[in-house]
Amino acid sequence: MPDHPDQSGQAAPTKIALSVDDLTVAYQEKPAIWDIDLDVPEGVLMGIVGPNGAGKSTLIKAVLNLIPRAAGTVMFYGAPYEQARSLVGYVPQRGSVDWDFPTTVLDVVTMGLYGKLGWFRRPGKRERELALFALEQVGLLDFLDRQISQLSGGQQQRTFLARALVQDAQIYFMDEPFAAVDAVTENAIVDILQALNKRGKTVLVVHHDLQTVAHYFDWLTLLNVEVIASGPTAVVFTDENLRRTYGGRVATLNGGLPAGAGG
Amino acid sequence: MVARLTLSAADKRGWAIIGGIILLGALFIPLSQLIFDMRFTYTVRVVALGGAVLGLLSGVLGSFAVLRQESLLGDALSHAALPGVAIAFLLAGRELSWLLIGAGIASWAGLRFLSAILNTTRLKQDAAMGIVLVAWFAAGIALLTYIQSIPDASQAGLDHFIFGQAAAIIESDVTLVSAVGVVVLAVVALFWKEFKLVTFDPDFAGANGYRIGLINALLSALIVVTVVLGLQLAGVILMVGMLIAPGIAARQWTQSLDQMVIQAAVFGAFAGAVGAVISALDSDIPTGPMIIVVSFLLVLLSITLAPGRGLLWSRLRQRANRRRFAAINTLRDLYRYALAHGSEDTPAPDDFIRGVRAGSVESGLRQLRGSGHIMQAGAGWQLTESGIALARQDQRNQRLWDLYRLHGDELGLPALPEDRQLNIAAALPAAALELLESKLEPSDRL
Repeated sequence: MPDHPDQSGQAAPTKIALSVDDLTVAYQEKPAIWDIDLDVPEGVLMGIVGPNGAGKSTLIKAVLNLIPRAAGTVMFYGAPYEQARSLVGYVPQRGSVDWDFPTTVLDVVTMGLYGKLGWFRRPGKRERELALFALEQVGLLDFLDRQISQLSGGQQQRTFLARALVQDAQIYFMDEPFAAVDAVTENAIVDILQALNKRGKTVLVVHHDLQTVAHYFDWLTLLNVEVIASGPTAVVFTDENLRRTYGGRVATLNGGLPAGAGG
Repeated sequence: MVARLTLSAADKRGWAIIGGIILLGALFIPLSQLIFDMRFTYTVRVVALGGAVLGLLSGVLGSFAVLRQESLLGDALSHAALPGVAIAFLLAGRELSWLLIGAGIASWAGLRFLSAILNTTRLKQDAAMGIVLVAWFAAGIALLTYIQSIPDASQAGLDHFIFGQAAAIIESDVTLVSAVGVVVLAVVALFWKEFKLVTFDPDFAGANGYRIGLINALLSALIVVTVVLGLQLAGVILMVGMLIAPGIAARQWTQSLDQMVIQAAVFGAFAGAVGAVISALDSDIPTGPMIIVVSFLLVLLSITLAPGRGLLWSRLRQRANRRRFAAINTLRDLYRYALAHGSEDTPAPDDFIRGVRAGSVESGLRQLRGSGHIMQAGAGWQLTESGIALARQDQRNQRLWDLYRLHGDELGLPALPEDRQLNIAAALPAAALELLESKLEPSDRL
C-alpha cells in the first residue's frame, strides 16, 4: 500500500504489461474514449476510476478487442492481442449475462478453460480439477452443482471471478467486480485480487468507490473520456486530479469539498 | 464431458421425461390405429419419419434460439424464405433441393439485411425484424400470386410452403432432410462448447479469442438451414413455432443445457411426427397448424407441471408455505404471550391471538390443534406439553442461529447456508454444536 507518497518514483516495475497507444472508440459520432495513452507496469493492482459515461468499460472492451476501435494500438507484453490472449483474463460485468441460463456453477467456471482447450476439444477430468480448485479459492466449493439462477449477487460475482482464476492469466481485466455486492463479499474479492497481485499478476479493476481507492489499489488511472492521470495511486490520487476527472462537484477523501466547489 | 456415475434427482427426472415422451410416441402408433382408424401406409410412414427428423432438428437448434432470446428471429427468417422459394421455382422449376436452396439464400439475405439495419441505424431489433419480415414475405406473396397466373401445371402445391403440407413429402425429401440433418447435428456436436459459451457470455468468449462473429454466423446459418428444411412441412408462417416450442417446453424441465437440447429434440420429434401423421389423415388438414397444436400442448403441459418452474408447482409451494408459516407464527405468538403473561402454559385469549395475525391465524390454530400442540382453554388457547416443547425447541434454534451468525467465524464453525427453518443442531457436527451451545445464556439451555 502506498503509504509514502514521496517514494512513488522508486522501484517502478520495469516490464510493461499493457501498453495502449492513441486508442479511440466512438459508438456514434461522439468519442466514448479518446486518444488513450496508457502504460501499465507488470505486477500492479490498478484501479480505473471515473464518472459514469467516462468510458471505463469501453476502455476494457476496446483493449480486449470486443468492440471496434476507431484508432489506436494495444500491446500485451509487447505483443498484439491475437498473440497474447492466453495471457489475458477477463471478468465481465455481472449483469452482462442471463443468469437464468441452464447451467451450473462448475460449468460456468469450466468455461474459463475453453480458450486454452481450443476448438472442438471438450473439458475433461483435469479441467474439472482446475475448476474445483478455483471454486475453493473463492469459497464456492459447496455450490459447485448449484444452478446459477439460484445464486445471490455476491455468489454470481465470485463465480465469475473463479472463471477468471482458472484462466491462469498474467493480466486480468475486471469490469466492476464490486458492483452491488455486500461488504463481506467485497472484502473476499479484494483478498482474492490482492492474492493474485502478490503472485505477480497485473490486475486492472473498474471501480466506483472513491473512499476505497487508496486502500485497494497501488496504481490508478483516472479516466474521463481521456486519461486524466495514470500512475502510482499516491501520486495520482489528489484533489486536483479528482476535480479534473469529476469536475468541481466531488467530495474528496478528506470528507471536505475541494476548493471552488459550489457547495 | 465429465464422466459422472451418479445421477442427480434432476438428471433422473430429465431422463424420465425423455423416456416418457419416447414411449408416448411409440404408443401413438397403436392408439391412432384404434382411435382414428389410422392406416400406417407407406406414405404415412414417410410423412411421420420426415416430421420426426425435422422436429428433432428444430428442437436442437430452436433451443439455442430460445436461449439467445432470438425466438422472433426464427419468425423473420422463415418469412424471409418465401420469395426465395418463388424465385427458385421460376428459375429451376419444382425441384425441392433448388427450392430449399432458394429459400436459404433469401432467408440468409434477410438476416444480413437485418444485421445491416441494426449495425448502421438506431432501430431496435424488434422494429428491424418486423420490417424485414413483412417486406420479404410480401415479396414472396406477390411472386407466388404471379406464379399462380402462369398456365403451367407444375406450380401446383407451391402455396403449401405458406402453411405446410406433409402429404407432399416423398421419400427422397426425407432422405435429403435426413442427410442435411446429420450434417447439422454433427456441426452442433463439434462446436458444442463454442455455441454454449457464445450463447451464455459472448463478451467472455470474445476475450478468450473466439471469433464471436464467426460462431454466431455459423449458429445462425444452422438455424436458417433448419428453418428452410422445415418449410415444406410447417410452412413459413408457423415454422417459428416448430422451432422454438420444443426448446421452451424442455427449458421448464431441466437445468442443464445438454439435457435441454436432448429433451427439445425428443419433444420436437414427437410434435413433428404426430402433427404430420394427424394432418396426413386428410389432405385438407394443413400440417403446420397441426404440429403447432401438438407443440403447444407440450409447452402448456410443461409450464403447468414442470417441477420448480411450473405454474402448478409454484402454486402448491405457495400454499404449503402459507400453511407452514401460519402454524409456526401462531405457535410463536402463543408462546410469547404465555411467557409475557405468566408461565408457558398461560392461555392466550382468542380475541388477542386473532387480533395479532388476522389473515393466517385460522389456519394456524386449526393446524396446531390438529397436531395436538394447543388446546382450547375457556375463551383462549393454551399450549399443550408437546406445544411447549416445540416452541422451546424453535426458540432455542433461532437463538443458536443468532449465535452462529455472531460467532461462527471466530469459533471456526463450518459454513452453512443460512436457512433458519432448518434445525441447526442437526446441520452442525457434534463438536461444532458443542462450541456454539457454550455461547448460550443459561436461560436458553435445555
